[in-house]
Amino acid sequence: MNIIVCMKQVPDTNEVKIDKKTNTLMRQGVRSIINPYDLHAIEEALRLREKMGGKVTVISMGPLQVIESLKEAVSMGVDEVILLSDRAFAGADTLATSYTLSRAIDKIGNVDLILCGKQAIDGDTAQVGPGIAEHLDIAHVTYVEKIIDIDEKEITVKRLVDDGYQIIKAELPVLLTVLKEINEPRLPSIRGILRSREMDDIPVWTADDLDIDRNLIGLNGSPTQVISVDTPQLDVEARIFEGDYQTQVDCLLKALMEQKVL
Amino acid sequence: MSIFVSDKCTGCGLCIKHCPFAAIELRDKKAFILDSCTLCGACVSICPVEAISISRKEESDNLGEYQDIWVFGELSDGEPVPVVYELIGEGRKLADKLNQKLGLILAGTNLSGLCKELIDYGVDKIYMIDKEELGVYNDEYYTQLVTELIRTYKPAVLLLGATAIGRSLGPRVAARVRTGLTADCTGLDIDPRSGDLLQTRPAFGGNIMATIVCKNHRPQMATVRPGVMKAAAKVSGYQGEIIQHDLDLSQVRLKSRVLETVKEIREGINLGEAEIIVAGGRGLGSKENFKILKELADTLGGTVAASRAAVDNGWIGQEYQVGQTGTTVAPRIYIACGISGAVQHIVGMKLSDIIIAINRDPEAPIFKYATYGLVGDLFEIIPIMIRKLKEGISLQEVGLR
Repeated sequence: MNIIVCMKQVPDTNEVKIDKKTNTLMRQGVRSIINPYDLHAIEEALRLREKMGGKVTVISMGPLQVIESLKEAVSMGVDEVILLSDRAFAGADTLATSYTLSRAIDKIGNVDLILCGKQAIDGDTAQVGPGIAEHLDIAHVTYVEKIIDIDEKEITVKRLVDDGYQIIKAELPVLLTVLKEINEPRLPSIRGILRSREMDDIPVWTADDLDIDRNLIGLNGSPTQVISVDTPQLDVEARIFEGDYQTQVDCLLKALMEQKVL
Repeated sequence: MSIFVSDKCTGCGLCIKHCPFAAIELRDKKAFILDSCTLCGACVSICPVEAISISRKEESDNLGEYQDIWVFGELSDGEPVPVVYELIGEGRKLADKLNQKLGLILAGTNLSGLCKELIDYGVDKIYMIDKEELGVYNDEYYTQLVTELIRTYKPAVLLLGATAIGRSLGPRVAARVRTGLTADCTGLDIDPRSGDLLQTRPAFGGNIMATIVCKNHRPQMATVRPGVMKAAAKVSGYQGEIIQHDLDLSQVRLKSRVLETVKEIREGINLGEAEIIVAGGRGLGSKENFKILKELADTLGGTVAASRAAVDNGWIGQEYQVGQTGTTVAPRIYIACGISGAVQHIVGMKLSDIIIAINRDPEAPIFKYATYGLVGDLFEIIPIMIRKLKEGISLQEVGLR
């Protein structure tokens, strides 16, 4: 089974704070992490490889700093990693991104299964997975909670929808986007960490390495454009209670009773 | 590199503060764009002297041929899902602004009754495809049919609900017709002069709001978050037409099949309507620790919720998430326990009447937004609260009399 996982490195958006004075984002110290949903995609790929044999390749598009995240994937146990990095890819929206990734997958060739996380926590679009499938002219299934059955030709999955679930059978190759509920991602192994440290020649593909239409990548290949960005305005004044915990709780309950909300 | 800083740059550094990706530095007293730039445009809109510009190839052909606002009529068991009425309401407004028609795509089986019913919500044209094979939603048939309708009738805008189906179908169609798609919009407007759809959505984990346009491609596609737009009201006797479109599905060789569809009512939580919410964040530390929040919530007659950090850690289900990318809430009392206060969370709960923050870190941003703050270990404070509430607090005890 030849499996490809599409991974995105994202800023840990849970850590983003706002500077009250300037009303701007404070991004100092915000780490870059593997998109949490993608960890589940990697885990599912590793489990399938353990069951059926084969190879797991993780691909990602972004600046060179993504190599750190790719090494983390290696430490989890994936076989190969490839970075797509080129200024020509910058500014890509979901259409251009899915096109670029699909060209890389086409170059890798003979793929049976493509796994993506449900969405990335920075953009939350959930559009790249289905976009890749369309560019490759294969089927896709979103919101996969469980792989029920798989053989060399077909896969059966449980897919969540808004008011329940569906059981879907698809022929391979197919692209799945997976939910967190599908598995519990493993931690990196010692052996994996050692291997990732020794790996100093991670392949970096540029636009020249791909059979690609340059009008369809990066900013020029992106129909959508951001025209303005606003930080939501927030303004409240707080009353912080003092004293030991008993006193603080008493003060709180008193205040709530005074306001007649309790 | 297609982002430029001109000589107009005064080196004020405002763009550095506003860049969500830390991709700008000051070099020689001028803004310098680093390789980590994603060309998001935040700096362009903030620059006070218009020194930063992003260049892109502008190609547009025959955009004028594309007219009308369309809505995808998602059905579940033959009935429109609620967001369809919201899209009709919003689509009507946009169409009126452009002085164009509102169209609705309706595909499935036995649709004629439904068509007549839906026209009464203010729909001018229903594009109906009535076929046995379309009774159960399938990505491949539906991608084909929506693409064919777009190519035949050329709408300027196509709106879909940001449902499981809308978010699966939307990107597939957009990739096939090669146009732009904006995900999960919470606000829409239209520029009547250019016809550009102004699509607003949370970005960067919900920490910022971005407005996105698709200037040179048609249709402009967007999925719209359910529950945000106002549903259309019924207008009896509205004059609309039904356009039956015949579709040859034999050219589509299905690669996937739905074997079974099961309706399942998940654990009933409705954060949006809760009066009292007790929410936990990263400070909870584990799944098990949510029990103590549950006990406090039960004591107060409230509901448990969570920040994105807790959900991302897998301690609690996504349906409990409050914030820009979760549910927006406005209860009477919101108790934030071990939540530091990321912007995307604050945005989802700031309309609460009373916000109580319990956090170990007195510097946590949440205290800036709270009505009341308790600084300390939530695992000690909450049991005291529970005990006092259970004992029944007398006015004397808290020193009111």
